[in-house]
Amino acid sequence: MSNVDYKVLVGLEIHVQLYTRTKMFCGCELAFGAEPNSRVCPVCLGMPGSLPVMNKQAVEFSMLAGLALNCQIPSFTKWDRKGYYYPDLPKNYQISQYDLPLALNGYIEIPAKNGSFKKIRIRRAHLEEDAGKNLHTAGNFSQVDLNRAGTPLLEIVTEPDMNNAAEVRALAEELQRIVRYLGVSEADMQKGHMRFEPNVNLVITRAGQQFKTPIVEVKNLNSFRALENSIDYEIGRQLDRFLETGETMEMGNKSTRGWDDAKEVTVLQREKEEAHDYRYFPDPDLVPVQVNEQWLNEIKSRLCELPSKKRLRYIKEYGLSDYDAGVLTNDRPVANFFEEAVKAGGEPKRVCNLLTQVGLKLANARGCAITELGPKPDDIAQLAKMAQTGEIGATAANTILEEMVKTGKAPQKLAKKLNLIQKSDAGELEAIVDEVLKSNPQAVADFKEGGKKSGKAKGFLLGQVMQKTKGRANPKVAAEILDKKLA
Amino acid sequence: MDQLSAKQLRDKIAAHRTSSVEVTKAVFARIAKIEPIVGAYISTFEEQAIARAAEIDKRIAGGEKLGQLAGVPVAVKDNMCTTFGTTTCASKILANFHAPYNATVVEKLLAADAVIIGKTNLDEFAMGSSTENSGLKQTVNPWDTKRVPGGSSGGSTAAVAAGLCYAALGSDTGGSIRQPASLCGVVGLKPTYGRVSRYGLVAYGSSLDQIGPITQTVEDCALMLNIIAGHDTADSTSVDEKIAPVVDYLAKLDEPVKGLKIGIASSFNAGADEQVRKAIDEAIKTYRNLDATIVEIDMPHLDYAIAAYYMVATAEASSNLARYDGVHYGHRTREPNDYVEVYTKSRAEGFGKEVKRRIMLGTYALSSGYYDAYYLKALKVRNLIRGDFVRAFEKCDCIMMPVAPTTAFKIGEKVDDPLKMYLSDIYTIAANLAGIPGISIPCGFDDKQLPIGLQILSPAFSEEKLLRIARMYERQTNWHKKRPLI
Repeated sequence: MSNVDYKVLVGLEIHVQLYTRTKMFCGCELAFGAEPNSRVCPVCLGMPGSLPVMNKQAVEFSMLAGLALNCQIPSFTKWDRKGYYYPDLPKNYQISQYDLPLALNGYIEIPAKNGSFKKIRIRRAHLEEDAGKNLHTAGNFSQVDLNRAGTPLLEIVTEPDMNNAAEVRALAEELQRIVRYLGVSEADMQKGHMRFEPNVNLVITRAGQQFKTPIVEVKNLNSFRALENSIDYEIGRQLDRFLETGETMEMGNKSTRGWDDAKEVTVLQREKEEAHDYRYFPDPDLVPVQVNEQWLNEIKSRLCELPSKKRLRYIKEYGLSDYDAGVLTNDRPVANFFEEAVKAGGEPKRVCNLLTQVGLKLANARGCAITELGPKPDDIAQLAKMAQTGEIGATAANTILEEMVKTGKAPQKLAKKLNLIQKSDAGELEAIVDEVLKSNPQAVADFKEGGKKSGKAKGFLLGQVMQKTKGRANPKVAAEILDKKLA
Repeated sequence: MDQLSAKQLRDKIAAHRTSSVEVTKAVFARIAKIEPIVGAYISTFEEQAIARAAEIDKRIAGGEKLGQLAGVPVAVKDNMCTTFGTTTCASKILANFHAPYNATVVEKLLAADAVIIGKTNLDEFAMGSSTENSGLKQTVNPWDTKRVPGGSSGGSTAAVAAGLCYAALGSDTGGSIRQPASLCGVVGLKPTYGRVSRYGLVAYGSSLDQIGPITQTVEDCALMLNIIAGHDTADSTSVDEKIAPVVDYLAKLDEPVKGLKIGIASSFNAGADEQVRKAIDEAIKTYRNLDATIVEIDMPHLDYAIAAYYMVATAEASSNLARYDGVHYGHRTREPNDYVEVYTKSRAEGFGKEVKRRIMLGTYALSSGYYDAYYLKALKVRNLIRGDFVRAFEKCDCIMMPVAPTTAFKIGEKVDDPLKMYLSDIYTIAANLAGIPGISIPCGFDDKQLPIGLQILSPAFSEEKLLRIARMYERQTNWHKKRPLI
């Protein structure tokens, strides 16, 4: 067993619900949690005689996402019917895209070690309509809620380029950030806006020979945690199974498993991939989509700097830590807020600290966006400037921001009102320093002795100065005076 | 019944020389007498129709300007959705289906102040050429009640021929307006694909289906087209009017087409019954006398039309009819043993033989491994046929040929031989594959006094010219004035 080595291969299918106002092929509003079958019409109910009409916004959102994923956007795409019988599918076919998807051959970069990136190839992204939901709560009968039927979904398919669960999670998170940045999806996991289906298998090397384990598709995962854990579980399970049975990948032995969230195991759903025949054919009710250059350029103009690029730039341009840059770029509104404050003259690191140490915490506690807290980027910039010039201390700046949020008052006013303006007046500080030196002769002696004790003594003396001024002494000025007096 | 056309009736009502209530009641009186023999209707709405007629009369009396069909009793094929009554498609599976919305054409008829008096019989889901495939009732040909009215719009054509309404709507996927129009001696127009909205027409072959008028005269046909033509935002396949404008089809109807060039594919027409051929030749002679010239055209791929049609139409049908599963609406089997049986039994019980046959054919054609050999090949043939027409229309304004190879056949004569039945549509199918308009107009009778139809085909969106060409003939002949003695 000692000479068994293995490599994990994971490809991912991701369904992203688009943030359009209405459904993919009718005018029904998208609504989460509405009364069952209250957001339906003849079209999404698949009533006889009804016809679909394409939602242009959904197509544009998909093009935008495709561009952000570095995909080619073909000039011609079409709609196909995918036929299968299921109660939650009212027409018993799903309108999807088969051989000519809306976006092709792209890649997504996920953060890797040492601040570098790993490219995961995107095979395709296509647009389709979601099905409804079967409910099994009415005793002998099942019920169908078709509110979700016809919701636009972007299905993104990657190549099997991920080699561990952490990479898969990183991709999923990066994708979530991207679609949110673009405003094409709310990507709210709790509402099922992103659903994942990883395809997992292992390439095992034993005694110089390579073996591939059968591919397992884990269905319908809707949290990052489940995604990551299910893959980790599958790796272990497949390795054990291989060592036990020696079973390897063959035609038709791909299986489907579900994730049991409570037991944290995958459970077999379908042993062998049934020979599914969806009888795809072009939907005669819809006209193909022709994408001309003008349209594509218009969509391209809506692209924005994506989170991973932005994060790198924050590190390079503003000297922020990787962690801080990550926090700020996680949400586009936060990043925008930060950048506006910097543009208004706030020193980036100080603005970053104010936002990450106070702003985001308060926003979180109140369950609101940072833009809804009250203070504008200009106010933050001013506050940062005050800290920068030494008018106030760093701790005071945080206190003031909290007060700004509470009272809505300007930072200068609050600084004065709360008596947080730092003493930088050399004359005033000199007197205080003299007093401190006089009442602490031992520390002065320790300092003069030199060596280890010296630094400690100086720190103590500076601390005394700060205490006497109730923290309002400008630490830089106070230290300078102290140095002078002790010299 | 009187011999007024829909337009004449409309004018008479507008001129206060009769009332909508009076004529609507008269139609229902005739229905009471004759409908038990003809069987044209699946449902009628006497009370509702008379109430509506009264309301229209009141508005006319009030001096209001009304729509183009104000007060005229019309019928609609029962595969177009109406919020009133049922929309059955003559299928047991939809026997009790109440649509929650009106088809766009129904809305347009109502907006034109027509009085919809009933919904007419058809071959189940419009699949057939004799209306014998109706799962609900039998319609007979008013000219000979032992014979079929043609199909699938046999209910509509029989109703118009028998004076059970003044005009009707049909749908045409492979000839379903023109063929029964021919067999019943009325006018039937299949407009260009995309000219009339399909929204609310229960789909059979979506890329072929088109709604059109069935009328007593070419003039009525133009009037009806005026009402129903146009782009509909609810139907993506209805054509943008900037690309193909809708015109007033009545405005220049009586202007003959000067220097008319008629295309004839002699070898193709040779398959028709001798009496039919003779009538067509006579009709063409009439055009010659009107200074038309005849151009021989070559349609090399027309022989493959039926094969291509039965691949495309059935493939689309197999998908379109998948929704009738007993889950959401329509017939559901009484005692399924499991959920799969809800599907299998409901469908087995609800669909008729011909519908099942076409679903199976289409399912097969779309199956993986067969798709390229059947469906894709059929699409290629379809393109070749389209090309044949494009080339032909470079040489002529229109093409004339029979509508059907024979006059009305006997009930039961072809029901056990689907291939023979499919050949009834040999002359009509190509227009659906090519998407071009075609009209059937009465052009004579055979020795059994059964009507014969002349088919005229013209380029896409040239309905105005097509109707003028048809009208040229109608003005020279009296065939359209003949009515069955029923």
